[in-house]
Amino acid sequence: MAQTPLLSMTGIEKRFAGIPALSGASLEILPGEVHALIGQNGAGKSTMIKVLTGYHRRDAGTVSFAGQPFEVGSPHEAQSSGISTIYQEINLVPLRSVTENICLGREQRRFGLLDWGAMHAEAERLLATFGIGIDVRRPLMDFNTATQQMVAIARAIGFSARLVIMDEPTSSLDEGEVAVLFKVIRQLKADGVSVIFVSHKLDELYEVCDRVTIMRDGKTVRVAEMDKIAKLELVSAMLGRDVSRADGHATAFDDAQRPKGETVLRARNLKAGHAVRDVSFQVARGEIVGFAGLLGAGRTETARLVFGVDRTTGGSMELNGRPYDPQRPKDAILAGLGFVTEDRKLEGIVPELSVAENMTLSLLPQISRNGVVSEGRQRELVEGFIEQLGIKCSGPNQKIRELSGGNQQKVLLARWLATNPRLLILDEPTRGIDVGAKGEIQRLVRKLADEGLAVLMISSELEEVVEGADRVFVLREGRTVAELEGEAISEDRVLDAMAHGLSTRTEQAS
Amino acid sequence: MSHKVNPARLIGTYGVALALILLIAFGWWRYENFLGMFNVMSVLRYNSMFALVALGMCFVIMTGGIDLSVGSTAALGSVAAAFGSYYGVVPGLAAGIGAGLIIGVINGILVTRLAIMPFIATLATMLAASGLALLLAGNQSVSVSYETGFTNLGQGNLWIFPIPALIAAIAYVVGSIVLNFTSLGRTVLAIGGNEDATHMMGLRTERVKFLTYLASGGLAGLAGVILAAQFGAGQPIEGVGWELFAIAAVVVGGTLLTGGIGSVGTTLAGVLLLGILFNMLNFENGMGWISLSAYWQSVIRGGFLLVVVIIQAKLMTRNAKPV
Repeated sequence: MAQTPLLSMTGIEKRFAGIPALSGASLEILPGEVHALIGQNGAGKSTMIKVLTGYHRRDAGTVSFAGQPFEVGSPHEAQSSGISTIYQEINLVPLRSVTENICLGREQRRFGLLDWGAMHAEAERLLATFGIGIDVRRPLMDFNTATQQMVAIARAIGFSARLVIMDEPTSSLDEGEVAVLFKVIRQLKADGVSVIFVSHKLDELYEVCDRVTIMRDGKTVRVAEMDKIAKLELVSAMLGRDVSRADGHATAFDDAQRPKGETVLRARNLKAGHAVRDVSFQVARGEIVGFAGLLGAGRTETARLVFGVDRTTGGSMELNGRPYDPQRPKDAILAGLGFVTEDRKLEGIVPELSVAENMTLSLLPQISRNGVVSEGRQRELVEGFIEQLGIKCSGPNQKIRELSGGNQQKVLLARWLATNPRLLILDEPTRGIDVGAKGEIQRLVRKLADEGLAVLMISSELEEVVEGADRVFVLREGRTVAELEGEAISEDRVLDAMAHGLSTRTEQAS
Repeated sequence: MSHKVNPARLIGTYGVALALILLIAFGWWRYENFLGMFNVMSVLRYNSMFALVALGMCFVIMTGGIDLSVGSTAALGSVAAAFGSYYGVVPGLAAGIGAGLIIGVINGILVTRLAIMPFIATLATMLAASGLALLLAGNQSVSVSYETGFTNLGQGNLWIFPIPALIAAIAYVVGSIVLNFTSLGRTVLAIGGNEDATHMMGLRTERVKFLTYLASGGLAGLAGVILAAQFGAGQPIEGVGWELFAIAAVVVGGTLLTGGIGSVGTTLAGVLLLGILFNMLNFENGMGWISLSAYWQSVIRGGFLLVVVIIQAKLMTRNAKPV
């Protein structure tokens, strides 16, 4: 390489509680370049950034910055060495004023005391470069998320850094604000400042970045010039799929063709915030419908709308042919929906309770009489499901935390199945589950569908969607861009839709 | 965007000052000599100790922490100051403040280095400091020296102003400048607003937190010096409940108990408000119509505190929504 890199990270290792988050990751940034850092959820991008900024301490590897070995123990040191970071979650102090959020850490002083006049002026000047004119004396919490994001960016830029890291800065911005941000990025570049740009929006990367580093499973898998790598290559490198690979049967789904049942749920042009812009799909009885898309494509957000967790701002839904507009999850449950969420530990199980208690938690009203849980009813129900789903446990009274991930997932499935749902939403049903149990869960889902259940399945594992679903909707940046059915479902087509959007859009989806 | 004034926020900030003015007006209307020189000066003299303790507490609470050890630290400081008073005014001052700083250092290390919850850490030092004060004093009050002029720190006047009140006033001016015009002060508030974000913003959260506990300890020690000077003896069993009075004054002064929002000036107003309530109770009894037991002051102060906390909670939920 002709140019000496500004930043060079090689052989970075980082473990959390023994589990590797980074293993042999590397990253090289040239002076004055805008460098994209991409990868799936859990690929290690955020960890890599936090290692660089001293928030995490690396276990191994070398980092050099501006030609010097770089050892930082805290974000403070990283900042004073010329590295500014805008984190994915807005990391500011909502109770304090805009000025304080921008200027804290490099205050203007007069006679040793803070010069509020100069600081307010500085904050106003920085925000003006983004075309924002607000009262900088007011607390940050008075303003909307997009403005707060701009404040975070203004703060980072105000430090006259040599390297600015932006971790998904555009996720809460609208198109106009993104355009302004890109102008600022180009200005930074012109001033010789390097930018690391993390985003899942491919078009944005091509618009503003010079080079790209692709990470997967804690490793750096590809570094390329942005204009020499096609979108399809980019996506396949991220997902770890070979584009021209022949479809084999790596999952336990069998994809025999089935006669289609009547439509259970139909959603038209759903909208909500920035994440869901225009999503349409339908699910029929006895059908597994897969949602494919990159992280941030709006899959989980759409599922939350269907389940009434969040409210739509546009579009309509029909359930069994009748208008359906859930205000809260309880409405969805009463209408016959179930939702197995992505994060079991956070939202699903109560670790210290038994298998039986976890399974019947949401069913307590049905199995109690006068407020007393009928043990007979409970045991009957629980033992039925343990047998039906093949849950491996010593008995209904074993604590759920002692079960494997796959068996915990089955208990959660049972919890919803006990409510006799017509439509079950599964968000990443096999994440964090070992290979053997994965197949079992997949077979189980197929069996449930065969018995007439409508299933909406979100999965980031391409083969799970391709081989498991009877119908696939591909989402891209909050829009349904393709609907594939039966024989038309293939990895190539799904990847293509994820990368390019419109090219394989079918008549129905428009 | 216009400079729109948020009435709820104004009440949150200046409500305590308004309440204080109303209370004073009520006292002036109802009691003879309420605003007389003697009464005013003795209220200021007596409450200066509490004001110092509340100032330190205010900084700790603004970071989202708490310091339960201030009462015992003041007791320990008073004993140390009593011993020191025989060597002069400065040694007396130094001994009291030094004892407070030692407790402050311990609190700071426990909370930052060892990451122990402030409530537990300062509960432990509260017990330890109290025991230490009793040990040093041999379980009785320790007379101060009346020869070295030490007692002036509690009983003396400068022109018409009580010296302890002047000391407190200086402390509040310095505290106000630190809070409003130094990065240290702004970082204190940022930590209380969102500690993790403040750390990620590259600010030295641990060091700043340490300094607040150090300041709280030092100010409690100084309060102990004044206690000893005012009553002529180190008081190992004094200071019980001071921490609660201080917390109450800080919260009545509009500082958020969870941190992030606070003010030095309104903390002083909170101290005076609670102090004057007590003073008025004495007047009420002096009028001879009713006889209110001193215990009533706790009930009234408690009621005040509740009202303020409820209003704060209401204002916060309303302010939390972006406009």
